[in-house]
Amino acid sequence: MWNQIEGAPREELERLQLKRLQDTVQRVYHLVPFYKKKFDELGIKPEDVRSLDDLQRLPFTTKQDLRDHYPFGLFTVPMDQVVRIHSSSGTTGKPTVVGYTRHDMEVWIEVMARSMKMVDVGPKDVVHNAYGYGLFTGGLGFHYGAEKVGAAVVPSSGGFTKRQLLLMKDFGATILCSTPSFALHMAEVAKEEGYDLSKDFKIRAGFFGAEPASEGLRQALRDVWGLIYIEAYGLSEIIGPGVAAGCPYGHLHIFEDHFIPEVIDTNTGEVLPDGTEGELVFTTVTKQALPIIRYRTKDITVLHREPCKCGRTLTVMESVKGRADDMLIVNGVNVFPSQVEHVLTKVEGVTPNYVIVLDKKGVLDKLEVWVEVDDRVFKDGIGALEQLKAKLQQEMLNDLYINVRIKLVEPKTLERSMGKAKRIIDKREAEGLKKND
Amino acid sequence: MINKYGVKQLSIFLENRKGRLLEVTEALKNASINIRALALAESAEFGILRLVVNNPEKAKSVLSSAGFTLREQDVFAVEVPDEPGSFYSVVKVLSDADINIDYTYAFVGDSSKAVLVFKVPSHKLEEALKALDEAGIRLVEPMFFYD
Repeated sequence: MWNQIEGAPREELERLQLKRLQDTVQRVYHLVPFYKKKFDELGIKPEDVRSLDDLQRLPFTTKQDLRDHYPFGLFTVPMDQVVRIHSSSGTTGKPTVVGYTRHDMEVWIEVMARSMKMVDVGPKDVVHNAYGYGLFTGGLGFHYGAEKVGAAVVPSSGGFTKRQLLLMKDFGATILCSTPSFALHMAEVAKEEGYDLSKDFKIRAGFFGAEPASEGLRQALRDVWGLIYIEAYGLSEIIGPGVAAGCPYGHLHIFEDHFIPEVIDTNTGEVLPDGTEGELVFTTVTKQALPIIRYRTKDITVLHREPCKCGRTLTVMESVKGRADDMLIVNGVNVFPSQVEHVLTKVEGVTPNYVIVLDKKGVLDKLEVWVEVDDRVFKDGIGALEQLKAKLQQEMLNDLYINVRIKLVEPKTLERSMGKAKRIIDKREAEGLKKND
Repeated sequence: MINKYGVKQLSIFLENRKGRLLEVTEALKNASINIRALALAESAEFGILRLVVNNPEKAKSVLSSAGFTLREQDVFAVEVPDEPGSFYSVVKVLSDADINIDYTYAFVGDSSKAVLVFKVPSHKLEEALKALDEAGIRLVEPMFFYD
């Protein structure tokens, strides 16, 4: 265990949570007009928070709220105290922005170090980090955590599979950080390239997250790489990766001395008892730049509060079972159908009929958008249509941060080939990658 | 001159899918529409079928209601002797007048004549017709195609 608090008696942990929650509520009430207004509307003063049960009286925060206050409207510190900014693609053009003070970075590094400690990552380890570096929190989050525990980090980022394999072998990587599907893709390429996975590589554990993984996929990774599978859970709005991490017993522990979890009924907003499936909600209680009260993750899960064999008393969340909204996860990147529609409308001035088709290319995800060429969109020239296609692909990359393949189709093709009018066709699930199989 | 020499051409968007061309031609056959000239342009995924027919209005409504995406375009046609250098002489006139040709296709009219269909940018159409007329090239009136 990296920090004793992870195994502290519940009473001690909850005392700490309450103290920090009270501080956070004071902070947002007095520094963020958005929260003051919300609290006032509900008739709640910061002093009314006397126990952890009072948390459920507080207002929710949504992704829409972050967008409405783009870019820094919910920050509680002046920009000269902000040392890092990350962002994810927004839902209609504008990104979602998060910021960190020096202290926030220390919190983030602390929870990432705790994650690393789940399999005793330390100075003898070489951590191959294949999460994307850049605006996403994945790459840098794991990077700093691995450095903190003294490991040597190889910041390889995503893509370039063959080069990654070469580095993993030659540098003697012992820990792999990546999306589960990319780890399986690497194993397949390694076999094609003639590597002997058990002899050429020394990977002993992997930190996998950013997308759902079936038990079948998890077992496949354990088998091909011979590694311990550690699940990583997080979201940039809360801090990035490091919100929760899997222990060697397969339990996903939430670092709740920093992020207090609740599970609610997604329709009524009522808090649900432990053991009941619902939408996961987080309140950050140590963050400075962007503290968030009751953030609705839209992730569906179940919480359990029994002590774990690993010695941790921290709340356990089950692997995310699904979404309470229409968000799609494509190779670890979050995509909303509304973003796709936004690009189509922006480029063409009209919204053509379209279908989002998700499929597998090997083990990786592939996103296609089939756009109906109706009389409004049709141009009498192959070149003009090819240009339209290229423009759409470029704008999708710009707004969604991923490669999207555009396919121009005749009207009614979509209904003809799909049976009925549907906006999203997810063929990936048919390939044995269901979340709960 | 557009009113006098503009020919209505239908451009139809087609996915590269088995049987799709058959469905267009079948719809036209069932409506007793005669195709007077045609050209098909294709890319890896889709194609554009361009038709000049004997009754453009009817063809348009038949194909639209059959669910095809189409657009009506003004093109023009010239008749030239069916001999070496004829095509050159028409292209030369347009080139000298600095007019780009979007696309062109041709068919043999009778034993000694050929008909060439041209599409130029719409803002250049009037200019193109004037230049060809002045050069003594015979422009074909749309009645040649229509019923």
